[in-house]
Amino acid sequence: MQITRGMRLTEAKTYVAGKLGVSVLDLSDPTVMLDVRKELGLGGILESGEITDIDDPMGIEAKFNIAAVLDVPVNCVERFRAKAGRRRPAQI
Amino acid sequence: MEAKIRTRMGDGALVEMTPAQIRADLEAGTLAAAKRSKSAELTSAELDHLSEIFCSNSRFTGVDIGDEVVLSYDGCGSQDLGTRINDLQYYEQYLCADSLELYHHDYSYKPAKAVMAFEQDVMRQAQFVTTAPLGYGAMPDLGLYTVPDGPVPNWSQLLPLGRIAESRAAQEEAVELAADDIVYVADEMVEAGIEFIDLDTAGAAGDADFLAALKAIERIRARHPDLGIQIGMAGEFVLGMHGELEYDGVRLAGLWPLDQMKLAAKAGVTIYGPAINTNTGKSIAWNVARTLTIAKPCCEAATVPVHLNGGMGVGGVPMHVLPAGDATCRASRAAVDILRLDGL
Amino acid sequence: MEPRIATRMGDGSLVEMTRSEIKADLEEGTQQSAKRAKVDPLTQDELDHLLDIYASSARFTAVDIGDEVVMSNDGTGTKHIGNRVQDLQTYEQVLGIDIVELWQIDYSYKAIKTNVAHEGQAMKIAQMLCTNPVQYGAMPDLGRYSKPDGPIDNWSELLPLMKVDEARAAQIEACAMLVEDINFVADHMVEAGADGIDMDTTGAAGDADFLAGLTACRMLREKYPFLGIEIGMASEFVLGMHGQLEFDGERLAGMWPKDQLRMVQAAGGSIYGPAVNINTGKSTAWNIARAITIIKPAMEIAEIPVHVNVGMGVGGVPTCVYPPADATSRASKAFVEILKIDGY
Repeated sequence: MQITRGMRLTEAKTYVAGKLGVSVLDLSDPTVMLDVRKELGLGGILESGEITDIDDPMGIEAKFNIAAVLDVPVNCVERFRAKAGRRRPAQI
Repeated sequence: MEAKIRTRMGDGALVEMTPAQIRADLEAGTLAAAKRSKSAELTSAELDHLSEIFCSNSRFTGVDIGDEVVLSYDGCGSQDLGTRINDLQYYEQYLCADSLELYHHDYSYKPAKAVMAFEQDVMRQAQFVTTAPLGYGAMPDLGLYTVPDGPVPNWSQLLPLGRIAESRAAQEEAVELAADDIVYVADEMVEAGIEFIDLDTAGAAGDADFLAALKAIERIRARHPDLGIQIGMAGEFVLGMHGELEYDGVRLAGLWPLDQMKLAAKAGVTIYGPAINTNTGKSIAWNVARTLTIAKPCCEAATVPVHLNGGMGVGGVPMHVLPAGDATCRASRAAVDILRLDGL
Repeated sequence: MEPRIATRMGDGSLVEMTRSEIKADLEEGTQQSAKRAKVDPLTQDELDHLLDIYASSARFTAVDIGDEVVMSNDGTGTKHIGNRVQDLQTYEQVLGIDIVELWQIDYSYKAIKTNVAHEGQAMKIAQMLCTNPVQYGAMPDLGRYSKPDGPIDNWSELLPLMKVDEARAAQIEACAMLVEDINFVADHMVEAGADGIDMDTTGAAGDADFLAGLTACRMLREKYPFLGIEIGMASEFVLGMHGQLEFDGERLAGMWPKDQLRMVQAAGGSIYGPAVNINTGKSTAWNIARAITIIKPAMEIAEIPVHVNVGMGVGGVPTCVYPPADATSRASKAFVEILKIDGY
C-alpha cells in the first residue's frame, strides 16, 4: 500500500486489516496471520514445507492473490498474466 | 554513586555513562539540531521517553506489540552467498523484509544502464520466486558524469579555479544526462516487472544531484502512474554545489528534510527517506535526539510514507561497518515511537 | 482498573492479561512443576524478575549488553534458498548464529547412513566456506528400527498385547543397531571435517532411545577426544518404554533434566540441551516458570555447557509454526538471566 499507493502507515494497516477481515492488532500476530495467509493464499515462510506446503501459493503465485485481495495493481503480476497461459494445451 | 549504563558513541565504541550524562546528551543533541535546522526542540515528555530507551543495559529493545512499521531495504544482500536472487529470498524468508531491492554491485544508474538486459532477466526470474514487493535501486550519483569518468567537465576541478559559471553549466548538463539514465533504467525495469524504483543516496553530489532525481521522478511518474517510487537522501541538508538550482520555483541548496519531502512528494514519490548524519564524536543518545529533532517537522507534515534511513552513519546509527544491534534497535525504536514513522 | 498487557498463550495466541494475572500464572507454574518434578519452586526474587520480563508490552526484549550467550542451531536453514551450504553461510553471515548444523531433510541417523558419502562431501565443502563450528546433526529416532520401517518387532504393538519381555528385547536389539549407525555416520563426518555431532531429540522413543544416545556418545568420546558432542533431549522426562534400562548402573526411565545431565556428562557429551514441553492451554508466563523450575537443578550441577532447547513447543516458546518473536525473546532472556545458561 505504501509502494503503489503512497499510503501512510496507520491508513495502510487499517486498509489491509479491512481487506483481510482481521483487526489491526491481528496484523502483529503471526499465529492469526498464518491462518489468514493460508486461507487467502498470501504466501509465507517455507521452512521445509512444514509451514507453507506445496498446496499453498508461494512467490509470484501468492502475489496474484495479494493483488486480488488488496485490490491493488501489481506490475509483475500483470506482466505474468499477459505473458503466461496465452495458449492452452489443446491449442499447441 | 549513580549507576553506569553501557551505551555507544557515534563511532560505535562501547562506553559507560550515567543516566544524568545520557539525559544531558539528549538535551544537548536536540538543542544543537533545533538551532542548526531552525526547528523546535523535542518536548520534555519526548526526552523522558528517549531517556527510558537509552538508560538501559539491554542488548536489544523494540517497539510495543502492534506498533511495528514497514521495513524497506536499499540493496538487499551481500552478493557473497549464492546468487542475487538467493539474497532477495533470504531477506524475505529469514529477515522478513517487507520490500526487496535488486541491485547491481556498481550501485549507480549510469553503470546499471550498461547491463540493463542482464538486470532485466534477473529481475524477471526474481519476481517468480519472491512474494514481497520487489524493486530496483541505484544512486543518481552525478559525479560519474564528470571527467575522467564521464563526458562533462569536472566541477570539483573548476570551482577551486574560480570558474563558477562553467562549473554550474557542467552540473546542469550532468543533471539531464543522469535524469535520462534513471528514466531509462526505470522504463526497462518496469518491463521486467518491478513494483518500485529506488533512487538511493539522492543529493550526494549536492543540489544538482537532487534535481536530477526530482526531474527523473517527475518523468517516471508521468509514464508509470502505479509504480512505487522511493527516494532516499544522502544527507540531512542539500549541499549547494551549484547554489542556484530550483525545482518548482524552490531553491534546492540548503533544504532540510521537511522541504525535501515536500518537493519529492510533488515530483511523485510514494516513499521518502530522510538521512540525518551521525556525529562520531558524540554519544548515540545525542545523535538520536539530533536526528529526531531534524526529522520531526517532516514526519508531522508528511503526505507520503516516510522511511527514515537507519543504517551505518545515519539515523542515529553509529558510523561503523558493523553497527551494533543495541545501537540500531534503540535508534529505530526511538524514531518509531517519537516520529510515528511509516517505515525504516 | 488494572491495565491489560498483550501476552501469549502456549499455543501462540495473543491474549491480554493484567500484571496480577501474569504474576499468579508465574506462581502457579513454578508450584505445579516443583511438585511434579520434585524440585524447589523458584524464589521470590526470581519470580519478580520473570514478572518484569513478562508484564511488558514490548515487541522484543533481550539480555543486557555483555550477557550474550552462544547460539547453536539444530537443522540450520530451510533448504529452499540456494543449496544446503548456503543455508549454513546465511545463518553464519546474516543471522549471526554461533554454531551451525548441516542436516539431511530425513533427519535420522538411520536414513543418513545410506547416503553418508554425499553428506560427507557437503560437510567438506561447508567446512571450506564457513568459519563457525559446523556440526552434523540428526535424531537417534529408535522407532525407525521397528517394523514396518525396520527389521525389529514393533514394541508399540507388542506392549498392548502384554508381550513385555519381547517388547524389551526388541528395544535392546534396536538400541544396538542405532548405536552402530550413529557411530557409522559420525565416523564419516569426522573424516569430512565436522567440528561436532549433534544427537537431537534424544529420548524421543523413551529410555532405550536415550541409552543409545549415551552409549554412542561414550564410544565417540573415546575415539575423538576433541569432537563436539551435543545431546539435545526430546522432552523433560525420560519415558520408560522399556523401564529397566540403565547407564552406569542408573535407571534411565523417569529421569528429569538434572539426572539427564549427569548421564550426558558421564558419557562425555560436550553440550547438553534440556527440553521442557509447553502446555498450550496455559500462558507463556506459566510455561516459562514451569520450564525454569524444572531445569534449575540441572544448572546447579552443570560441568558442561547447557543449551536449553528454546523452540516451537519447548522452553517456554509457544507450539505454533510461527513462534512470535515477543514470546521467543522473553523466554530466551528469562533462561539466560535466571538460569545463567551457556547457550540455546
